[in-house]
Order: sequence, then C-alpha cells, then structure tokens
Amino acid sequence: MLEIKDLHASVEGSEILKGITLTINPGEVHAIMGPNGAGKSTLSAVLAGRDGYEVTQGSITFEGRDLLEMEVEERAQAGMLMGFQYPVEIPGVKNIYLLKSALNAQRAARGEDEIPAPEFMKLVKEQLAFMKMDPSFLQRAVNEGFSGGEKKRNEILQMLVLQPKLALLDEIDSGLDIDAMKVVAEGVNSLRSADRAILMVTHYQRLLNHIAPDQVHVLINGRIARSGDRHLAEELEARGYEWVTEEESAA
Amino acid sequence: MATEAMEQLAQREYKQGFVTDIESDTVPPGLDESVIAFISHKKGEPQWMLDWRLEAYHQWLKMTSPSWAHLDYPPIDYQAISYYSAPKKPEDRPQSLDEVDPKLLETYEKLGIPLHERAALAGVAVDAVFDSVSVTTTFKEKLFDAGVIFCSISEAIRDYPELVQQYLGSVVPRGDNFFAALNSAVFTDGSFVYVPEGVTCPMELSTYFRINAANTGQFERTLIVCDKRSQVSYLEGCTAPQRDENQLHAAVVELVALEDAYIKYSTVQNWYPGDEEGRGGIYNFVTKRGDCRGDRSRISWTQVETGSAITWKYPSCLLRGTESKGEFYSVAVTNGRQQADTGTKMIHIGKDTSSTIVSKGIAAGRSNQSYRGLVKVSPRATGSRNFTQCDSLLIGDQCGAHTFPYQEIGNSRSTIEHEATTSKIGDDQLFYCQSRGISEEDAVSMIVNGFCKDVFQELPMEFAVEAEALLSVTLEGSVG
Repeated sequence: MLEIKDLHASVEGSEILKGITLTINPGEVHAIMGPNGAGKSTLSAVLAGRDGYEVTQGSITFEGRDLLEMEVEERAQAGMLMGFQYPVEIPGVKNIYLLKSALNAQRAARGEDEIPAPEFMKLVKEQLAFMKMDPSFLQRAVNEGFSGGEKKRNEILQMLVLQPKLALLDEIDSGLDIDAMKVVAEGVNSLRSADRAILMVTHYQRLLNHIAPDQVHVLINGRIARSGDRHLAEELEARGYEWVTEEESAA
Repeated sequence: MATEAMEQLAQREYKQGFVTDIESDTVPPGLDESVIAFISHKKGEPQWMLDWRLEAYHQWLKMTSPSWAHLDYPPIDYQAISYYSAPKKPEDRPQSLDEVDPKLLETYEKLGIPLHERAALAGVAVDAVFDSVSVTTTFKEKLFDAGVIFCSISEAIRDYPELVQQYLGSVVPRGDNFFAALNSAVFTDGSFVYVPEGVTCPMELSTYFRINAANTGQFERTLIVCDKRSQVSYLEGCTAPQRDENQLHAAVVELVALEDAYIKYSTVQNWYPGDEEGRGGIYNFVTKRGDCRGDRSRISWTQVETGSAITWKYPSCLLRGTESKGEFYSVAVTNGRQQADTGTKMIHIGKDTSSTIVSKGIAAGRSNQSYRGLVKVSPRATGSRNFTQCDSLLIGDQCGAHTFPYQEIGNSRSTIEHEATTSKIGDDQLFYCQSRGISEEDAVSMIVNGFCKDVFQELPMEFAVEAEALLSVTLEGSVG
C-alpha cells in the first residue's frame, strides 16, 4: 500500500532523512520509534506534504501512485489521512462543518454524491459515542479551546468518520493521560482491518501497550536502524535507544 | 455655450411650470442651479422640491470634502461629472445573453443566480427576454392590499408629497455632510416606502423588483417610513457584480421608525472594484441613517460590502425613543487595491436604549480597510447598553486592517462593552483543511464564512446563501 524507497529529505539545506526504506501492506500496523532528532517528525511531514521539506532522493508510492507528486488534498482524497501531534485551531468553523466538508470532498473525488444529512448525522453520532465525546463537540469551533486530550480524540474521530485506507498517527499519545490514552487507543484499534494499514510515529513505548503493532522500526539519525516485531519495542523500553545507537555505530 | 443654453432652457421652463417633454437625455458635465432645475423639471417635480434641492446646493457650495477617513484617492472634479442621464433605451441594450460579456455570465453562474434573473442583471432589454410584468403586477397588488406604498422616490414626490415633505431630510438633513448635501441637490433615483400603522409588510421589499426599469442611480435617495407598530424588511442591491460608467456614487438612505415599528435594512454591495491596480473602480460615498423616533422602535442594518474601489459608509442609528434598539451587522471584504472606511454610529438619546454592533472585516491582497465606530450615550439616556464586537481577518501580508472605535458616554448608568480581535488565515489552518481532503479555495471560503457567520445569520435566507457564494468569488485567488 505504502512503499518508501531510499528516502532522503532535507530541511533548510541540512539532510535529516538519510535513506529510509519501508513497505506497509494492507492490514498491517507499523510503529516508528526513535529518540528526539532522529527524523520522526520530518518523515511525518514529508508523508503529509508539508512545505519546507525537500526530498532530495528516493521515492514514495501510495497504492501505486507517486505520493510526492500529489497535492496535500489529493493524498487525503486518495485515502491517506494524518492525525497530527498538534492539530491547529480554526476559530469560527464548526467541527461538524469541517467533518462534513472533508467527507464530501473525499466523496466528490471518488465521483460519489454528497452524503445525505440524516445519514451523516447518524454516522457522526455513532463515532462520537464511541470516542466518548459529547455531542456539543460538533458545534464547537475546530480544536478551539480543546484540551490536549480532546484534540487527539478529535483527530481519531475524523479518522473514524473518514475511514482512510492508510492512517498516519504522529505522536498521537503525546499529552494524553491514561484514560484519554485508552479511548484513543480503542479508536485506533477499531480502525484495524484487513484492507487498512496504520503507521504510528511515537517516542514512547507506552502507546504500543494499547495498540499492538505488527512491526516496529527504530529510526536513528535519519535511517531505520533496526526493525522487528512488538518485542523490539519492549526491549527498547527496557534498554533505551542508546543500546541501538551503540550497536549502529559499532556496525 | 451649452451651459448657457441649458440655463435659458431651465429658466424658461421654470417660469412656465412643469415641462416633461425635453428632448435631451443628458446634461453636459458640471453643476450649477440650471442643472438642478433641469433635473427637477425632468422629474416633473413641484416647486417645493426644486427649492429644497437648491437650498441643498447652496449649502454644498460652502462645504468641503471630508478628509478624515483612512482613504487615499485623487481629488474629485465635481464640474467634470454629468449629473443627469436618462435610462438606456431598450434598443441600446444587449438584445440577448449572447451579447453579454461571457466573464460576467461566468460570475453569475458561480453565484448561483437564477437564469431568468441573469438577463435582467446584465441589462438585457427585458422585452426581449422574459415577461416580468405579471410578476411585478402580482407583487404590486399584494402590497396595495396591505396599504404599503413602495415606489420610486420620483413617483413619491409626485403622488405622496405630504409624506415626502414630512420625512425627507428629517433624518439626514441637507447640510449633514458634503456628500449628503450633493445628493440632496442632484438625486435622480431611489425608493420610497411607507408602511401604515399596524401593518407588517407581507413580503421582503427589494430594489430587485425595480432593477429592470432602473439604471441604478449615481445619486440614489431612499426614504423608508414605518408607522406605529409596523414592520418591513428591505433588501438593497444584489450579489451580481454591477458596473457603472459613473465613478462617483453618493447615496443617501433615511429610515424612520415610529412607536413599536421595526425596519430591517439589508444590503449587498458589489460595485465594480476596478482593475488590479484599482483603476476605474466605483467611489462609493454613502450616508445611511435610521431614526428610532418612537418608543420601543427598532432599526437593524445588515450589510455585506464586497465591491467598490473606495467605500465610505457608516449606517447609523439615532435612538430617540425610550427602549429603542439599533443594530449594525457588517461584513466588509476588500481585495486587490480596494479601500474601505466603514462602520457605524449609535447615538443613544432616549432612556433604556440598546445597540449592538458586530463588524467583520476581511482584508486580502493589497487592500486596506478601517472600522470606524461611534457609540455616544447622552446624559439623559440612562440605562442604555451597547455591545460592540469588531473582528478583522487578514489574508496574506500586504493588506491592512485598522480599528477606530470612539465612545462618548454621558452618564454613569449605562453599560458599554467592546470586544475586538485581529487574526490571520494561517498557512497551518489551510494545510490542516487540505490534509482532510478540502481544496485550498474551499478551505479559505470555509474559514471566511465561519468568521462571518454571526452576520450572515442576520441576512434574509436567500441573501445569506448568495452572500456566502459572493465571498468565495471575491476572494478567489487571494491565497497562494
């Protein structure tokens, strides 16, 4: 579904990603871990299509299409959705309005009609209840005055409504208390299916206690230093990143 | 010389009474008494009206153009303007939509204007397009049955002289300001509405219904009077772009609300803003004032301003009746090189009066706009309240937004609240919307419409939908 090959990327002239290769198939859940400064947020930004990141080498294909040639909105329309670490506030725009516009934009891109209002409301209310969010959320401005936990829940709510093929979760666990973490994790777990893939980027292992990954990759100094199953995450928790770093430099 | 000839002609007619059969359809540029006499004769006006105009003219001569607004434009040569031209004859107008500028039609399409209205808006000779007579007739009958008078100001001067004499200039006096004085001297078009005691006007009144006949005036004069316990909702303008050969527009609107009356006045203004450098755009200098003369009366101004090169406009309320209410809801959008200095005045004179001001300014491109508002509470207007909210939204980094709020509070038993914000549509907000699959243009209009929703919800339903579309069209290409 997603194929990253020898990806090199720079920010303001300095190279951050130094040759990442990664394949994610439908049904798989991957986690990318790594210490601060390893390039995790750069990788997320490049996948999302943010300005200011220059890909100098390598390729990314999403369902056979060249992702780097796609506009930001095209990526979402094609089924790749990013859950942000710091979702932005949009005063004046109601949450429900953003949800509906997003869903209809994606439907339009697939050549489908706009969703009928009753059907939309039913869908949203179900997912809202699942995320243990009050219906008043829908009438509030997008992320305005939301607590950290509310913002993250809102990101997952959008995923549940928009049903992407590939869900990217950028540090979705940061700033969450344990209860909020559980709700978010339940939301993500409910997204798991045979035809959907999930890629999580995280600093801490604790998220992986709630969302079990099929594969774990350790990103160090712009490269994937080691890949393994979920036990790799546990080992990292016990021994820290230095252990991998040392082995990396020894190799 | 042409002016001399005109003078002689005017004076001759002046002596002879009212001559409607004057062959010339325009007067040469310039303004003097003879031109005013010409206009007055052309309109078939009685002596008192001509005298009124001439008095205004003499006041105007002693006045100077105001310079306090945050606007930059070259001096206007008032002797270079022609002050009267008759509406275009049907044979001079486009005969079908095929003859209309395709770009204009494209805009109509984007605004969702119904097909049959597009022709009328584009100035197509109506007979050649559709029969509007039946619609207009039904409309007039309904109003007549309700006792509501709705006609052009010229007809009103002829047919309802007592009402016009009683109220014209009673809210905006002839010498109120430079542009109002000029308008009083030379106005040629506009509407008159009178809603009798206890009557709620059965439909929303719109200049739209007169658009076929009207070559929208350069100097419009509108007078709306609501008698005791009556109500009317009046819509001015339309979302379709309006071009005009006359660069200077100076309209006056007067509203009078007697006891328990309610006037809702909504405007959508989309005059030609000029080319990319602002050349050729309309200069719009408007005086709009409502007089809440009776106790518990209410006047509400709602405006969506997107056009014109220069906008100078402060719809105001005189709150004279006890417990009277004034409201001002405004969205002003400027793009390109547009300049707008707009706002309101709420003058609290009666006891327990209240006013609400919600102003939303959106500046894009290299435009500049200012909110200028006055809240004045007189010493005897105890128990008065005002709430002001004044927000600006900037798109890009070459535009400007300014706020000039003035407050003069004459007693200690009144409550004044003022809130103001300035924000910018951030790249990160657009990026967030795009990452959800929404295009940049749709994201801008979503954010802008969200910003304006407090005002849009005050607009009559149909207008609100058109206004949303209008904002998108106005801001097209303003990002990126």
